[in-house]
Amino acid sequence: MYKLLHFFLNWVDKRFPIKALWQGHMSQYYAPKNFNFWYYFGSLALLVFSIQVLSGIWLAMFYNPSSKDAFDSVEYIMRDIKFGWLIRYIHSTGASFFFIVIYLHIFRGFLYGSYKKPRELLWLIGVIIFLCLMAECFFGYLLPWGNMSFWGAQVITSLFGAIPVIGAPLVELIRGDYTVSGATLTRFFSIHVSAMPLIFLILIAVHLTALHEVGSGNPDGIEIKENKNANGVPFDGIPMHPYYTVKDLFGVSVFLFIFLSVVFYKPDFFGLFLEAPNYTPADPLATPEHIAPVWYMTPYYAILRAVPNKLFGILLMGASIAVLFALPWLDRSPVRSIRYKGIVSKCFLFLFILSFFILGYLGMVPPSSGKTFLAQICSIIYFSFFISMPIYTSLETCENPPKRVK
Amino acid sequence: MDKKKVDVSKRKTLILLSSVWGGIGLGFAAVPFVASWLPSARARAMGAAIDIDVSLIEEGQRVTLEWRGQPIFVIKRSKENVGNLSKLNDKLRDPLSNEQQQPSYAKNLYRSIKEEVFVVIGICTHLGCVPLYKPKKGEVDSSWIGGFFCPCHGSRFDLAGRVFKGVPAPCNLVVPPHKYLNEKILRIGEE
Repeated sequence: MYKLLHFFLNWVDKRFPIKALWQGHMSQYYAPKNFNFWYYFGSLALLVFSIQVLSGIWLAMFYNPSSKDAFDSVEYIMRDIKFGWLIRYIHSTGASFFFIVIYLHIFRGFLYGSYKKPRELLWLIGVIIFLCLMAECFFGYLLPWGNMSFWGAQVITSLFGAIPVIGAPLVELIRGDYTVSGATLTRFFSIHVSAMPLIFLILIAVHLTALHEVGSGNPDGIEIKENKNANGVPFDGIPMHPYYTVKDLFGVSVFLFIFLSVVFYKPDFFGLFLEAPNYTPADPLATPEHIAPVWYMTPYYAILRAVPNKLFGILLMGASIAVLFALPWLDRSPVRSIRYKGIVSKCFLFLFILSFFILGYLGMVPPSSGKTFLAQICSIIYFSFFISMPIYTSLETCENPPKRVK
Repeated sequence: MDKKKVDVSKRKTLILLSSVWGGIGLGFAAVPFVASWLPSARARAMGAAIDIDVSLIEEGQRVTLEWRGQPIFVIKRSKENVGNLSKLNDKLRDPLSNEQQQPSYAKNLYRSIKEEVFVVIGICTHLGCVPLYKPKKGEVDSSWIGGFFCPCHGSRFDLAGRVFKGVPAPCNLVVPPHKYLNEKILRIGEE
């Protein structure tokens, strides 16, 4: 049996570099031995992606992308298909958990300077994946054809109308109608289930290729490739397999416990993951009383609302994401990890995260003059974290990171 | 004991155990996905039993109903038709209905509960065409004594849906589950 398997593997290896791939990316890919909690979220993002693909394939078997039948077909999935409720709740909860995982993954990058040389391109690809994730969730959010789906798509597509001259015809082009309609639904469905997943697959492959080219970072921000033994193996590295595959499997089990607890017991998550107005069918004649995007978009939405000018608000919202592309060149610090950066960096990162949370909250609740003022302050903190970064990172005194992982 | 030596057998046991445990988990996780492919509550509701008043059918008449997307023939056979059924044994492939093509209560000469009322799924057992109802003598050719004739590949069945020898269809037409609620009302799809 074992011999037969060995023979088969050799046969394949002569025709396809299966062993080289396995060694290069798993058994002889050396990752720093000091990975901590924050390094779970890369593999977890892959897991959530797989969960979304699988549950999405199943939903597409039962879903009907027409403005007449979409809402009913979702109810059909929930009530009539065996375990349809479970498959849909896995997919809807998965969307929110995708963002939780990705936000924590990005936060890891902020903490340990994962975007700094030589990992700038790795970071840029990651930001593109993040943008695609937001687009994918936006397209998918229209599909249940509930009233929040409809008005969410109506508001977001209207954003393009703010562009001078080409704005109005562009919105019609995107919607395929004078308003969000069945034409919009079918194209969003196609993009959501075929175009975006393909783009994701390519981007994930590119992200991982770039990662394995430059090597993983670590909490100390040490370049483990600078200290190698005679065989070219880093002293502070351990092979991905079995060390980190086993560690990640443990992360997967904890993650699935939390994820499935939400799926089974609180799938709407207090109206955050599934919003109440979306349980009524799309109605082009009546906007829900209070309209807000799903929680993962609210920080940017709060920035949009904080600006009392349509075009400038949209530009600032775009800038709040686009600024991530500049991050590798904004950070002038000689060290990577927050552990060895100065007090200013630490305070700014704390304030940045705080303002992000407050903006997230403000984006969910109806605006008032006091809340808009708070959103303006938080927006200023959000952007000053980035804009003043070249100054404070080059001026502050940093600790010297150790030469080797302790 | 040598502390540096790796206990390979213990490691192998643990890998085996955790793989089996994970495999069982994956098996359970697959259940909802496979089960969702079964007919949904809506499909099952639409496939529910249907009723027909057989007292309204005239002698020799054929009524076609749809049940689970299949044509169901309900036929009232004449005394002559019923009498002919016992004379065909040597021409038929399965005259005694030994193949499980009917519920046990229809495994008799007439392949029905009542002698004259015949209920059958109108789908040829060869390749799924709907056979034509040809009850009259000589309607297909000179030897024809009445029965079902499949226009696709020429399979022949008698008026109890039993297949003749020398035709492509391998076995008798299928009799669906059915029962009488009273003298008049026939329910198809329930036993």
